[in-house]
Amino acid sequence: MSDLNALTISEARDRMRAGEFTAAELTESCLQQIESAGALNAFVHNTPELAMDQAKAADRRLQEGDTSGMCGIPLGIKDLFCTLHVPSQAGSRILEGFKPEYESTVTQNLWNSGAVMLGKLNMDEFAMGSSNETSVYGNAVNPWRRGNDSAQLTPGGSSGGSASAVAADLCLAATGTDTGGSIRQPAAFTGIVGLKPTYGRCSRWGVVAFASSLDQAGPMTKSVRDAAIMLRAMAGHDPKDSTSMDLAVPDFESALTGDIKGRKIGIPQEYRMEGMPSEIEKLWQDGAEMLRDAGAEIVDISLPHTKYALPAYYVIAPAEASSNLARYDGVRYGHRAKLAAGDGITEMYEKTRAEGFGPEVQRRVMIGTYVLSAGFYDAYYRRAQRVRTLIRKDFEDVFNDGVDAILTPTTPSAAFGLGEMASADPIQMYLNDVFTVTVNLAGLPGVSVPVGVDTQGLPLGLQLIGRPWEEGDLLNSAYVLEKAAGFVSKPAKWW
Amino acid sequence: MSIDTDTARRVAHLARIKVEEEALAALAADFNAILKFVEQLNEVDVEGVEPTTAVMPMRLKRREDVVTDGGYPEKILANAPDAREGFFAVPKVVE
Repeated sequence: MSDLNALTISEARDRMRAGEFTAAELTESCLQQIESAGALNAFVHNTPELAMDQAKAADRRLQEGDTSGMCGIPLGIKDLFCTLHVPSQAGSRILEGFKPEYESTVTQNLWNSGAVMLGKLNMDEFAMGSSNETSVYGNAVNPWRRGNDSAQLTPGGSSGGSASAVAADLCLAATGTDTGGSIRQPAAFTGIVGLKPTYGRCSRWGVVAFASSLDQAGPMTKSVRDAAIMLRAMAGHDPKDSTSMDLAVPDFESALTGDIKGRKIGIPQEYRMEGMPSEIEKLWQDGAEMLRDAGAEIVDISLPHTKYALPAYYVIAPAEASSNLARYDGVRYGHRAKLAAGDGITEMYEKTRAEGFGPEVQRRVMIGTYVLSAGFYDAYYRRAQRVRTLIRKDFEDVFNDGVDAILTPTTPSAAFGLGEMASADPIQMYLNDVFTVTVNLAGLPGVSVPVGVDTQGLPLGLQLIGRPWEEGDLLNSAYVLEKAAGFVSKPAKWW
Repeated sequence: MSIDTDTARRVAHLARIKVEEEALAALAADFNAILKFVEQLNEVDVEGVEPTTAVMPMRLKRREDVVTDGGYPEKILANAPDAREGFFAVPKVVE
């Protein structure tokens, strides 16, 4: 019974139902892998006892004929999700020792469907980063390497631990969250599938908030089918999140017909960036060809406000973060600084937050504070929200013209080396999100699919963007692309 | 618009983050790089454009105005750095 950990959700589901192995055996296989994968620094809080209890419960359900697709499936959970009595730190020092007295709605939905929690996964602090290097746990490491070069690469961010764990088969799938590309960029860097659902598809309740109008949880999986199965279990209306949509959750898997004949796929000219590596350009063209060969109509489209998405994001996201992170004050939970004689409450706040937040989080909170401060609100925040309206309208116009999905690269490069961006200014790092951030601003669903490798053998992904609430249709296009690309490479095990 | 160290100091205080005096200049430089980047937004004609307030248009749900939760102070205080006698404890705030 070797390598059960390397299975996809759908394979494991079908074989457990056929009685070939148990959820307990599957879970043990993953726990063993995690045990020997310390070098990846993907899992940061392990919950093996909980996992085995959940697996045994899942086995009882399976014996009784449980038909939930996730029953007995071992998962890794991003550290951003609050999990009952299990450390939930959002990768930050300020939440050191925090053990929630509650469970996030998304993880509760997963446990209700019989899924198993292996532990918590590394991430950029408060999901602010594109390389997992802002984490208090130290960076997660990409299981992929450039050929025989032993240089360590980033798994991307902010869901870097999730991406690394799935790509290295430490778990069958993982949860991620995506505010500007934090599911899709790491998925592309590690050769896995990452889906950001429509804003409001998954409840945000119990997920540590970064930028509330942009944050959305989603699955990170080894196949498009798995993303469909897992999203169904995560999604659904939640009275505790007023922005979660009261809409029936369809069976996304049944939408995977493999038939996209006559579907219109748009290629946005504005995503052709100056200085884009020719490999990415070629991958994009190849992807369009694959969809054309499958019967889709490829059309050139224009999304004229694309270049303003990143600047609008870097006003809106820090502004919302500065409000959301105001709660970390050393009073109700987490870290409190040691105070000097005579220090009052203001010193307590200021010292606690200086010690508890890392440099990138501090920078964004302060930028957010500045753009919301008296006299600047209209010039920065209000203007960014008006530009956001124009970005959303760009997509609405294209969809109204009959386009069903939009194909773009996921990232402007393959995974880069850890530390390589250390001396770059913050803007250089922000450019990682150039193709993904528009989707968050418009609230749309987007999925990254692994399509090829670059000359150094590193995975590259393409992104498909869909109409709101039509994840099923989007995943069907992604499924066709996945099949046509036939991406089967796995990183050679060095850890 | 350029941020000097005085503005950086003021913003740090507004955000309740202690920044050492010698770190202010570098912080101001970071702010300026980011603000210069976002100032591209000034090129966009936003005349008559409404700001986005809801990403996905939906009617805010209402519920009956009744107590639906609560009654577990020990859980609320479980993670507090300093809790005493059923309260969060903080440094003295009134003389």
